[in-house]
Parts: sequence; structure tokens; C-alpha cells
Amino acid sequence: MAATETAAPAPTLVYRHALVTRVTHWINVLAISLLILSGLQIFNAHPALYIGQASDFGAPVLSMTASRDTGGGLTGRTTILGATFDTTGVLGASSTAGRVEARGFPAWLTVPSYRDLATGRRWHFFFAWLFVINGAVYVAASLVNRHLTRDLVPGWRELRGVGRSILDHARLRFHHGRDYNVLQKLTYLGLILVVLPLIVMTGLTMSPGMDAALPWLVELFGGRQTARTIHFICATLVVLFILIHLAMVLVSGVGNNLRSIVTGRYRIDERETPHAS
Amino acid sequence: MRPDRRPSRRAFLTGAGASAGALALAGCDALSQSPGFRSVLYTGEDLTMLVQRALLAPSSMAKEFPASAISPDFKANGSTDPDSADYRALAANGFAEWRLEVGGLVERPASYSLAELRALPARSQITRHDCVEGWSCIGKWTGVQLATLLTAAGLKPDARYILFTCADELEKTLDGSGRYYETIDLEDAFHPQTILAYAMNDEPLPIAHGAPLRVRVERQLGYKMAKYLMRIDAIESFTDLGRGRGSFWADRGYDWYAGI
Repeated sequence: MAATETAAPAPTLVYRHALVTRVTHWINVLAISLLILSGLQIFNAHPALYIGQASDFGAPVLSMTASRDTGGGLTGRTTILGATFDTTGVLGASSTAGRVEARGFPAWLTVPSYRDLATGRRWHFFFAWLFVINGAVYVAASLVNRHLTRDLVPGWRELRGVGRSILDHARLRFHHGRDYNVLQKLTYLGLILVVLPLIVMTGLTMSPGMDAALPWLVELFGGRQTARTIHFICATLVVLFILIHLAMVLVSGVGNNLRSIVTGRYRIDERETPHAS
Repeated sequence: MRPDRRPSRRAFLTGAGASAGALALAGCDALSQSPGFRSVLYTGEDLTMLVQRALLAPSSMAKEFPASAISPDFKANGSTDPDSADYRALAANGFAEWRLEVGGLVERPASYSLAELRALPARSQITRHDCVEGWSCIGKWTGVQLATLLTAAGLKPDARYILFTCADELEKTLDGSGRYYETIDLEDAFHPQTILAYAMNDEPLPIAHGAPLRVRVERQLGYKMAKYLMRIDAIESFTDLGRGRGSFWADRGYDWYAGI
């Protein structure tokens, strides 16, 4: 390491993220962002969710609608499990280029911003392929280089420390070690092994071609419309993950975190001896 | 870090983030309209079709449901009441004058009345109709297998697609380019569940759902299942039809292969 001119002791940098982890992470940032934004464009073509094989139009579990109010303006309403909320301006009715129109999600959350289901689908399926191929490379490489088993699967002793880890996060007290903390490990594993595979499988279940090729798929989820609802719930969980992930990146040392996901090098607390890697 | 600098830094970061986001979305809109970028996005369809066709055996069937699963309120989409004078006249007479023409690259062109189609061996199937918009409805369809008509007509060796010409103009245009048409390849055309349906839920096919005859292509999305059929032609290529992409909706940016 090059000597620095300041008197401060040289920080201890460890090699935390392998090249394949960093490259697949950034491809994922691109793919998931566009999948969410184009997914909301597709959702807007029929902004309602149902349970079962077919759509019971009278009983959606979630719907976004617009109706004329007495003043002639549009009121956006979101109904979740029978409870209706006025969501004018964001859900159900929102303004595009200064004009309020009926649309599920607002223009600033969809790709393209204007209503165009055909193009939204083109974006979605292109980036779905990129996401699936990228995910397959990540999982295969992480099994080979033991990233999955060594860095992500927590040990029993760590699992007993979950309560303490939750408290540490709540107090924004972060210990910068080479390893992820136990909450991080569980969250990443839940995403990689549960939410993301589920989102791909429910996405495929919406395909009439896939349902004919693999008939067990639609049975597994109890119907195409249920699968569509699960797909939406999983996407919501992914958005929630991204928000928490970004917040944690910001509060636990944004420069250090960004360097480690770009160059792989991460500064650890000095009392910890780096692993040989 | 000095605490008094925090708000301005946070405001700066929020502002920068929002501006970057708006710029990125404007960039996506520009890319959405760039022919070069669109052709990149369109490779997704090629990959999907390649993989789905590899997974689908010719005998892979769409799920068929019991009668209890039939949707009480089957949504009608696209054209629901064609208004051309010719179609109105046919409908007024209960489609007694209507005939389905079968031609193109076939050895024996033919023409069928509705009664003649009903006299042919029929297939009934209760299937899920998946709209590209995201909703699904389940209905019972009865009709003659497309394979029956194609076998009777005898395809010429260079026939690769089946073209459906419809009575409805979904988009009003002066040059007639808004007329609905659809093409499917021979793998789907000869699939046992690909039928020309003249009945829905044991009743004559209603006008809203494509009377007197619509095609069912059960392993693809609803927009492939052309309604108000007038002609069936065996063709070698669809590049000289419409805007050259093979169907009314494919000409307007949707996937020609609608398996997903």
C-alpha cells in the first residue's frame, strides 16, 4: 500500500468483494431498476390484482381506480383488501405534463413515462433475460468461490446474536469487519434464495407458453392471477430491500461501502485482523 | 463532520438524486423511441421464443378446466362490435351469408358456411384466456380444429404461416391499415387445441367475442386469437403485409410471439 503523507495510521483495507460479485451487483442495479419501472408500466395496463386462476373483476385484492369528482376533477382511489384510500396525485390518478389522467402508478415511476404497454413489455422481458442470466452467473460463481457458503450462510453462534444485531442497527452502531453482520447475511440470503427466485417463477407462471410447457408451475402458485399477485408482492419486497439497503449504505460509511462494491477494497475497524483472502 | 453542514448536504444529495432520476427516465423515453435501441430490446422476444419452443413439445397442452371454473363475466376486449356495412349486413342475417375462405398456398382452396363448419368434427375446450393487459378469464370454446381445414386444403411445400384476415378495423385509417390480421406458424396452426371456435360456453359465439368465428391459440396471449374471421391463407412470409411484423398488434410494437 502506498504511504500517505498524513500522520494518521494507514487504514486496514481488506479485499471484500470478488470481481464477479461487483460486476453482477452493478448489472443487477441496472436490470432490477428497469424491471421495476417497466413492471409498473405493465401493471398500469390493468391496475388490479386477484387471487385464483382467473380474474374476479368484482373482487380484486388490490385495485387503483380513477373517478370524476363533483368538481369535474379526477380522484384516484386505491383499494386494498376492501379498504379504500384517496391516493389522488400518486396512485389511480396523477398528472402527466400538467394534465391529471387515470393511471395506476404515476409517470415518474414507469418506463416509458407515457402509457405504452407494448414498449414496457419490450423493456421488461429484455431486462428479465439479463437479470436471469446475471443471477445464474452470480449463483454459479458464488458456489465455486464459496461466497455463498463462506460469506452469506451464518453460523449457529451468529444466529444467536440476531437480537443484538437488531439493536446495533437500531442505534446505527456499525462494526466494520471483513464479514457481513448476521442481519445482512439473513437479508441477502432471503433475497437471493427466496424472493428473487419467487419473482422469476411467478413471472414465468404468467406466461401461457410456460404453463403449457411446465404445467406444475401454475399449480404450485394456485393460479395465474395468484402468481401475478405474488409477483407484485415480491417486487414490493425488492423495493423495500433497496430502500433499506441504500439507507444502510449511507449511514454505515458511504465512501467505504461504495469503494468496496467498486474496487472490492473495504476499510475495516483496526482492532480486527484481516483474513487472508 | 460538522452538524450545521448536514441539512444543505442532504438537500443537495436529494436534489441531485431527483435530477439524476428525472434525467434517467427522460433517457429511457428517448431510448424507447430509438429504432436502434428498440431492435436491441426486441432480441428478448427471439430468446423467449427460442427457449419456449425448445421446452414446448407439439403435444404440450394448455390446461383445460372443469365447467365449474368458467368465468361468469368474460371480459371482451379490442373490437367488440365491428361497424363496417358488410359486417353489419352479415350479422343482421345471423351470418347465414357469411363464408370462410381458405386459400393462399394450398392445393385445394375452399369455402365454408357456418353450417358446414358445424358439421365437421368438433373439439370443445375449457381454457384460460390471458390478456396482455394482465387479466385472465376462463371460457368454454367449441369449434373445428384448424388442422382439419388445413389438411383438407393441402398446404403447398413453401407455406410457413397461416394468415387470419378479420372483419374488424380496430384503428380507423383511410388506407385500411387498421384492419385486424394475425399470423401464426405451422407449429401452432397444427396444435390440437388450435380451433376455429363458433361457440362459447355452449352458445353461438357472441359478437363481442368475435362472431361468427374466432381462432383459439391457447398457448399464447389473447391478442393472437383473432376474432371476426373472414379468410384464412397459407403464406410463405408476412413481411409484405401491414407494416411487415406479422399482425395488427405486432405492427404496433407488441411481440409477434405472444407466449409470455
